[in-house]
Amino acid sequence: MKRIVVGAHQGAGSWLAQRITAVVMALYSVILLVVFLRDSPATYGAWQALFAQGWMRVATLLFAVSLAWHAWVGVRDIFMDYVKPDGLRLALHVLVALVLAAYLGWSVEILWR
Amino acid sequence: MSSATAKKLRPKYLSLSALLFEIRLPLPGWISILHRVSGAVLFFPFTAWALYLLDSSLASAQDFERIKAYLELPLAKLGLLAFVWAYCHHLCAGVRFLLLDLNKGIELGPARASSVAVLVVSLAATAYFGFLLW
Repeated sequence: MKRIVVGAHQGAGSWLAQRITAVVMALYSVILLVVFLRDSPATYGAWQALFAQGWMRVATLLFAVSLAWHAWVGVRDIFMDYVKPDGLRLALHVLVALVLAAYLGWSVEILWR
Repeated sequence: MSSATAKKLRPKYLSLSALLFEIRLPLPGWISILHRVSGAVLFFPFTAWALYLLDSSLASAQDFERIKAYLELPLAKLGLLAFVWAYCHHLCAGVRFLLLDLNKGIELGPARASSVAVLVVSLAATAYFGFLLW
């Protein structure tokens, strides 16, 4: 039988990763909402103290990694749907990867300065 | 006439005017396309903007005050409002899709009801945030 080649795992890994990272980001959103509702960090001291805590830094890093992975799958899906010329699509995928890598680097720089 | 020719003759309503005025997308369809649109704008520019705001606000006390004043600008407030809507819609619609993946609420009635809930909850959250902002 002739098979249409669409990749090594037909995207199942990406599909699952997108959902797991979604759950991680949803949990972080709830934590952030609770932090803001309990005692909104409205001064520089409180804001700085919030991100000085180890657990908050690690949680935010996990969010950043999840976002990069999630967006890598999602934005690629958008380009695969709408951008037909292979060269342009490849260029856009590279651009997305670079932007996401830059976001991650920037996040680490902000969290551990 | 062969079936292939018949296929070719089938009308395709994909002109811009057809997409805008003739094809009536059901509400779950709107939730879906808005999930994609909100995801795209969250990727860019909103993540870049959020990182800029986080970076500046954590840099020093003066920068914190500068960012606070910057976020008082009407255009910045509108940006925040759009950001909050995109985030809420993407989150709510995303939770709905996760539940659909688990075969929860896949019948027509519940699926329609949950799509209404996604739209209402995210718009209400955005409106409340706007109320706090102004």
